[in-house]
Amino acid sequence: MSEAINVAPLARGSQWKQRFLQPLLRQRSAMAGLVILAIYVVAAVCAPWLATHDPTAQDLMAALQGPSAAHWLGTDSYGQDLYSRLLYGAQLALIIGFASVALGLFVGVAVGLAAGLMGGRTEWVLMRIVDGLLAFPELILAMAFMAVLGLGTENVVYALALSFVGPFARMTRGDVLQVKNQPYIEAAKLMGVGTAAVIWRHVLPNVVSPILVQAGMRISIAILLESGLSFLGIGVVPPTPDWGLMIAEGRAFITMAPWISGVPGLALAILLVALNLLGDGLRDAFDPNTQKDAG
Amino acid sequence: MNRALALNPQAVEVPASQDALLEVSNLTLRRGKAVVLDGVSLALHSGETLGLIGESGAGKSTLAMALIGLLRAPEVQLEGSMRFRGTELVTLREADYRRLRGNKIGLIFQDATAALNPCFTVGEQIAEPLKRHLGLSKWDRRERAAELMHSVGIPEPALRLDAYPHELSGGMQQRVMIAIALACNPELLLADEPTSALDVTIQAQIMELILDRVRALNSSAVFVLHDLALGAQVCDRIAVMYAGQIVEEGPSERVLAAPLHPYTQGLKSCVVELGSSTLVPIPGQIPPLNAMPAGCRFAPRCPRAQAICGEQRPVAETRDGRQIACWFID
Amino acid sequence: MFQAVSAKLAQTLLVLLIVSAASFTFLKLAPGDPVSIMLGSDYSKTSYDQLTHELGLDQPVVFQYGHWLANFVRGDWGISYITNQDIFELAVMQALPVTLTLAALSLLIALLIGIPTGVLAALYRNSWIDVLATTLAIGGNAFPSFYLGIILIWVFGVDLGWFPVLGFVAPWEDFWQGLWHLALPAVTLGAWYVGLIARITRSSLLEVLGQPYILAAKARGEPGWRVVWVHGMRNVLMPLVTVIGLQLGGMLRGAVMTEVVFALPGLGMMVTTAVLNREYIVVQAGIMLTGLLFVAVNLAVDQTYQFLDPRLRRR
Repeated sequence: MSEAINVAPLARGSQWKQRFLQPLLRQRSAMAGLVILAIYVVAAVCAPWLATHDPTAQDLMAALQGPSAAHWLGTDSYGQDLYSRLLYGAQLALIIGFASVALGLFVGVAVGLAAGLMGGRTEWVLMRIVDGLLAFPELILAMAFMAVLGLGTENVVYALALSFVGPFARMTRGDVLQVKNQPYIEAAKLMGVGTAAVIWRHVLPNVVSPILVQAGMRISIAILLESGLSFLGIGVVPPTPDWGLMIAEGRAFITMAPWISGVPGLALAILLVALNLLGDGLRDAFDPNTQKDAG
Repeated sequence: MNRALALNPQAVEVPASQDALLEVSNLTLRRGKAVVLDGVSLALHSGETLGLIGESGAGKSTLAMALIGLLRAPEVQLEGSMRFRGTELVTLREADYRRLRGNKIGLIFQDATAALNPCFTVGEQIAEPLKRHLGLSKWDRRERAAELMHSVGIPEPALRLDAYPHELSGGMQQRVMIAIALACNPELLLADEPTSALDVTIQAQIMELILDRVRALNSSAVFVLHDLALGAQVCDRIAVMYAGQIVEEGPSERVLAAPLHPYTQGLKSCVVELGSSTLVPIPGQIPPLNAMPAGCRFAPRCPRAQAICGEQRPVAETRDGRQIACWFID
Repeated sequence: MFQAVSAKLAQTLLVLLIVSAASFTFLKLAPGDPVSIMLGSDYSKTSYDQLTHELGLDQPVVFQYGHWLANFVRGDWGISYITNQDIFELAVMQALPVTLTLAALSLLIALLIGIPTGVLAALYRNSWIDVLATTLAIGGNAFPSFYLGIILIWVFGVDLGWFPVLGFVAPWEDFWQGLWHLALPAVTLGAWYVGLIARITRSSLLEVLGQPYILAAKARGEPGWRVVWVHGMRNVLMPLVTVIGLQLGGMLRGAVMTEVVFALPGLGMMVTTAVLNREYIVVQAGIMLTGLLFVAVNLAVDQTYQFLDPRLRRR
């Protein structure tokens, strides 16, 4: 029996490196994604120093200008500097993307753990709520929450997080149910280890990697949804430097000044490609079943 | 099965001058740098059955796949010659080869469960060669498919025609496979370990069924087997393969009764005979394809090996009505 | 068999109830008091109470839900405050067909391009075709559809002038005009699916082509094209349908964006406009309708499985 406990896989320290880092490093496309993401992160963090203008400073005299020495990537119809807005937009996109996924993950995992571990009526009720969330496409759900919560950056995070709770909860519950019946969990319980300790030491480490992979893949969806909501006019409010808003604004000037929507549009597309590559790499690194498809 | 043994045909000595149905000479198959088949030669006459015997990895299945043309350029490189009724197969155009496959040459796979497409009914799969090669109408195909199923011992064929493979037992699936291979009355039937995926209890039945059908159609057959005794029981002649080479080839009883090649002798002593407890395994294993010895490929495991064995490939010699490739035939 | 079907039916009914409860909850959560909105800025206490009573809002929530559900089933979805239009008429008769047509056309385009691309990539594995297909797959999958739509409008609509830029003509009224108007939106939305379909076709086909039954089909003398397109693709349909079904959420997401970019009067446009106008009752109709659509598609995918995979068929 002690042997059964010893073989319980734990994701810690050197094992972490072996399980996570090495398989990822082996994939060239995932590495490319990682490098691009790193550039975006650096640009976002250093935006205050890299920016040449205040991202919301309007200068109607300099409106609709093409790229020049003064405005490296041109200006929009209010004369706002696109380069500076691009940098701050990266900041906003990454913050909203990570924050909403993190929040959705936290709530979803909590709900999933509660449902999976408690069982009975609690599980039934929780999972029916999750079913309700999962019965709608994410964007519709996010739009509905935006309608209830009202516009604004913070509310975008909440709306997206809420629309991510369902998948995380269902996944966590499934994993917990699978792990719960493993011999080493039974063994730990029989040895008198408390429930909380069992969850912390034995259940969580085993469900963590599939959930993290899922989280990684959700970030690109979150960023896409965030910019989409803003594009529709029901997300972040102007004049916040947001890529979705910038694309929406440039839409009217597409023939005269294609750079207005082109700059944020391409930035968004490249970031999403990078995140997808990274997500695929994460999935392949963790899930041996899909590794064959990677080739 | 005992009946099959008793029926072991009398036609042992076939004059070599008679036109062979299948004549393979000096066939070499390369996959990249690895030489998978090395100078294989054999002949098969009409109505004859030949057993290809050897350990797994000896190249016997590869030979069967090469014969039906599923292993050819550009996937692998073929040299030498394979003549089927005088037609050279090595250089045959793919379109012409396709007209032989499933028509003049049939193939029974080892694992029928995997070799039947799960998404099509067995009737559809039996009817396929009937349409392709015989051009039968839809109704005729159905009728003929039912006849074929009846001939391979599937009860109530009319009902089973529309069954999917997963609805049949393993034995029934193998019978379907046999019906497909025999659909166009092939002159040559290749059977790649046709019973090894089945329960022991039905292995004999299936083997007997194949022999029975082959005789009824007056076809020739090549059986790929790993069991020397079984091979001698069901086949007129036996070719023992080792590491892509044929080491001994001749009439079944003689090969089994008095094997001349040391490898065949080793194989025979592996056979557990009832009442005897002498089981002598052959030491070692087939060397990997990228590390084949230059001379005789069996030399590293051979009790008789001398210096020459490691350096020069032995040329097949005729002795006692069979071909043996060994420097030291005793 | 009866048991299995009734279990499935019960499960579907439960999901439908959950969907309706979620939609109802949405309206309860929506800011603003419907009574004061309906009455406008100037009203008396008595008229307020009277309308509250008429709308049944003084009753317990469960009764309100039952009442609302009964009305919903009858097709009485209320009247828009802004356009005075019947919401059932607006959502089901006008918006839904637009979205469905757009989705169907995009899927068709995606299948017509994605499947051959995936097959070619699988057959010529690791060749330039494979690299190109994979690149297109990743790019198409990640490229935001609303920006792609803008580019297409710019290039093919404005610059080259080949296609109309905005608006919708129903293909069932004028087939060619409708198709012409839907061309750019359908390509925009389809681009997202092409990559996905090509990818799953490629990887599934590679797996299937390694199966013994493919070799067996060749051993029967079947020509190469039939081996790939009949024996191989028949087995690829299952994973393909799974992915198409699973990605419906992504499809609807793209549809909303595409409709707004191309000003198509579909469900996405309806919900977006309603959210901007704070017309929650219309948003609710949109939510409910997409929920129903989701359930319906999942059911359809389920049925398709059994049709496609004989091993899943009940006998």
